[in-house]
Amino acid sequence: MTFDRYLRRKAINLLVSTLAFLCAAITIVPLLMILGHLLSQGAKAVNLDFFTQLPKPVGEVGGGMANAIVGTLILIGLACLVGLPIGIIGGIYLAEFGNNRTGWLVRFMSDVLNGTPSIVIGIFAYTVVVLPMRRFSALAGAFALGIIMIPTVIRATEELIKLVPISVREAGLALGIPLWKVILRIVVPSAKAGIVTGVLLALARIAGETAPLLFTAFGNRFWHQGLGQPIASLPVQIFTYAISPFEDWHRQAWAGALVLIAMILILNILTRIVTRGQYRPMK
Amino acid sequence: MLKGISVEKLLAWFGQKQVLNGISMTIKANIVTAIIGPSGCGKSTLIRCLNRLHETVPGARQSGRVLLDGQDISQMDPVLVRRTIGMVFQKPNPFPSMSIYDNVAAGLRLNGVRKRHRLDEYVEKSLRMGALWEEVADRLDKPGISLSGGQQQRLCIARAIAIEPQVLLMDEPCSALDPVSTGKIEELIQELKKALTIVIVTHNMQQAARVSDYTGFLLMGELIEFDETRKLFTNPRDKRTEDYITGRFG
Repeated sequence: MTFDRYLRRKAINLLVSTLAFLCAAITIVPLLMILGHLLSQGAKAVNLDFFTQLPKPVGEVGGGMANAIVGTLILIGLACLVGLPIGIIGGIYLAEFGNNRTGWLVRFMSDVLNGTPSIVIGIFAYTVVVLPMRRFSALAGAFALGIIMIPTVIRATEELIKLVPISVREAGLALGIPLWKVILRIVVPSAKAGIVTGVLLALARIAGETAPLLFTAFGNRFWHQGLGQPIASLPVQIFTYAISPFEDWHRQAWAGALVLIAMILILNILTRIVTRGQYRPMK
Repeated sequence: MLKGISVEKLLAWFGQKQVLNGISMTIKANIVTAIIGPSGCGKSTLIRCLNRLHETVPGARQSGRVLLDGQDISQMDPVLVRRTIGMVFQKPNPFPSMSIYDNVAAGLRLNGVRKRHRLDEYVEKSLRMGALWEEVADRLDKPGISLSGGQQQRLCIARAIAIEPQVLLMDEPCSALDPVSTGKIEELIQELKKALTIVIVTHNMQQAARVSDYTGFLLMGELIEFDETRKLFTNPRDKRTEDYITGRFG
């Protein structure tokens, strides 16, 4: 190899590395811009009132979104009651017993569900929960969000459990431990950190869902009135305020968006702390 | 007390591929039996039939009988078979989510032993038998996978003997280990055979000669020769055994 060609290769190497770096950098630029804009716009309107006060009637300045913050938390919690058991247990089924037609069908359907526009899932929840109950309710909203969670959780659980080496399963079986205990007590814990990450992704997604809540949870200007009643949520509140003609509401909408992002971030960090020190699956 | 394991006309398949071709042998109790043979000859499959682990692989089948003290294991609950016949694998496979202590206690705990002091007792005893206690006594709460390869394998041995099996199957237990760790495990086998019947698969003939009392030579799914280790290595009856142990093939 001549020295010339060596230099050429070095130059190409530099060029390609730079390109790769640029592409990587570009992916984080939009996120940083959104965060920056949110901070500059939203920080002004975030104050103690925002977290403790109910919305003020139109025309009055001030007030907050305390009810929407609580409402979002309630909706996420209820959605987890629907989405987590079905998603995690379904994922375990797919990973352990899904090597057949049923498994293929469930996997396919779950991917289709994942690609279904959330507003369609909202319509579904409207039809099966809101219409029979004859009113908008927290339950209907949580039902819609729970369904949206399922595909993400199910596939994350399945993939992470499949990463646990077969040798770990065999070691358990060879100890005379029944298969179901091997799965629940050895295999699933080995994949725990990954499953938690999958659940977090699902939570982050539903925390910001607006469309399916518009005609299920609907919204409410008051404190939580019971699960059978309409309930306020941050995304819907942000939407309502953002399209209003009032300057003060616009500011509050920005603040709401900032708080929503912060909530998701805090949720992320908390879960990391809780699952820290638990071992990752062997690759 | 265990009397022995007899294998009668054992055939085994993976899908369409036949890996065992009618194996019959009697494994005597409280001695070490080695199975040698070139890669792919069916050694691992043979011992995996002994604790019914072969049948857990999708597409795997077998026929023939394996008798544990005269009782056909295919008629027994596989869970009970595996409590009587423990296994150590080729690559150390501690449970990744568990500490050293929990790894050893796993078999007992998941089989219903709850009392802490009994678990403590068994864990210490098993780790001592596994010649690992001295090295880990002060860090039982550390992850099992934080140990070195050789230590992990001894942890797996301790885990297997904690449930007090009568037979211990070892599937090339030293093939992933360095010579020092290998030496430790071979010493350990000599200790364990006082209490256990051991079947060890190895492609290392020197190892078979060092640790075993009986040796079986397996080739292409057939048991070519099965005899006292001393006889088999000094005076093989079959030409193929002689070729293999003198290094002419394999």
